[in-house]
Amino acid sequence: MSDERKIRILVAKPGLDGHDRGAKVIASAFRDAGFEVIYTGLHQTPEMIVAAAVQEDVDVVAMSVLSGAHMTLFPRVKKLLDEAGADQVLLTGGGIIPEDDVAELERRGIGRLFGPGTPTTTAIEYVNGWFAAQQTS
Amino acid sequence: MTAGRRAAGMVMTDAMADLLERFRDGQVPALARAISIVESERAGFQDLLHEVMARGPRAKRVGFTGPPGAGKSSLVAAAAATYRAAGEHIGVVAVDPTSPYSGGALLGDRIRMNDLATDAGIFIRSMATRGSLGGLATTTKEVADLMDGFGFDRLLVETVGVGQTELEITAAADTVVVVLVPESGDAIQAMKAGLMEIADVFVVNKADRPGSARLVKELRQALHLRAGSALKDIPAHHGVDLARIAKKEARNAAPPVSPADWAVPVLTTNALTQDGVPELLEAIDQHLTWLEHGGQLDVRRRDRARVRVRDVVARELSREAWKSEEVTAALDLGVDRISKGEETPYSVARGILASLLR
Ligand SMILES: Nc1nc2c(ncn2[C@@H]2O[C@H](COP(=O)(O)OP(=O)(O)O)[C@@H](O)[C@H]2O)c(=O)[nH]1
Ligand SMILES: [Mg+2]
Repeated sequence: MSDERKIRILVAKPGLDGHDRGAKVIASAFRDAGFEVIYTGLHQTPEMIVAAAVQEDVDVVAMSVLSGAHMTLFPRVKKLLDEAGADQVLLTGGGIIPEDDVAELERRGIGRLFGPGTPTTTAIEYVNGWFAAQQTS
Repeated sequence: MTAGRRAAGMVMTDAMADLLERFRDGQVPALARAISIVESERAGFQDLLHEVMARGPRAKRVGFTGPPGAGKSSLVAAAAATYRAAGEHIGVVAVDPTSPYSGGALLGDRIRMNDLATDAGIFIRSMATRGSLGGLATTTKEVADLMDGFGFDRLLVETVGVGQTELEITAAADTVVVVLVPESGDAIQAMKAGLMEIADVFVVNKADRPGSARLVKELRQALHLRAGSALKDIPAHHGVDLARIAKKEARNAAPPVSPADWAVPVLTTNALTQDGVPELLEAIDQHLTWLEHGGQLDVRRRDRARVRVRDVVARELSREAWKSEEVTAALDLGVDRISKGEETPYSVARGILASLLR
């Protein structure tokens, strides 16, 4: 019997830009932290991301957004997750996102967003902390 | 446990009964959650399986196994797209290894299946092998059962082959496609890995690469050997004693899953251009037809049922045993005695078993 529950996390790279280095780095770091990481590759639409999140029953969706479209992408994925009944899923991510936007997105129910150069351990601690809080609540 | 619902002698929590209702209603999130429960062996997972399996297996189950990078996911995607075009509802289980260092896993099979990502007629689930040594997660067959119970017409199960232990795929699939590439070595290696026993169809993918014709030829020869027809003609002193290898293989083989009257085809594909994919799907369908008409499907399902009952009994027995404080105390004491040279693991185990079976 596996009492310890694995954290399942979808690492998604939406948008048209072809830079998935950051996404791959964080995906490997999450694996090394003991998470089960589902990586879907480049050019994911919000619909693809949410379909995968639902089928994979993930706890967390982490999006890497470098295109500047964060103010549309994060709320859109959040809305689709909610509509799919997956409102308990933590939506987090990273990218070049101004402080004001981070605050605004957080107000709209999106989790913490990490800027470039954030150590991967920070994101891992955040996810672990969130998960532990979920388990006890 | 809250006020439960009685179902076939099992008590189910309200939450589980609710999940089951949504599952039977065809709600995809309920299937996804059911898989998580079974995969993690959370409380009640056996009751869930019991309910879902009540109507028996119906879906056609096709397994794809082979070394990492052979093109399994690409072929699964191509197959799924064709089946979808024919109106079939498809469930995919793709298994990748758990890292032995961190216990985490990087599951990347969906990358090859992105064209199907938003098609409501297909459900794709990635799994990590977790504690299991085989290429298959220990619960892959149970996940296949859940998908079957959900009502998919066909299940495609992808597992990474890691040598000796991929025989488990036969527990999850009716038709096993073994995918090799020229780079994965020669046919002798395939024989050693026990692939001759489990393959219903051999595919040499990446036919665009050099060496594929050679591998096809070797595999055909090896299969021919295995069928026994060439053995008597080869004297044992001819370098390698092929007859002995074949006999050893037959002994190791669990149940004989490829009876002689099914001639295992060796096909070539290029998953990038789809060359050879229609022929592969044709061979899979021929095998399924052969299974159904020759009575082999029933044989395989009975074998699977037998193994499953034994597995559940063994697991429950062991769980019961180690739950008891008396037994864990006897273990601790036994380990002390072993370290002092007063007992061996066998005498301690015998003592524990005797006390359990009393
Ligand atoms: N040249 C060539 N590459 C292929 C072929 N099939 C798959 N690939 C590539 O091989 C890599 C591994 O494929 P994948 O389907 O993920 O293999 P898996 O690990 O067995 O699931 C990918 O980069 C594919 O694009 C093929 O027939 N020819
Ligand atoms: Mg794969």
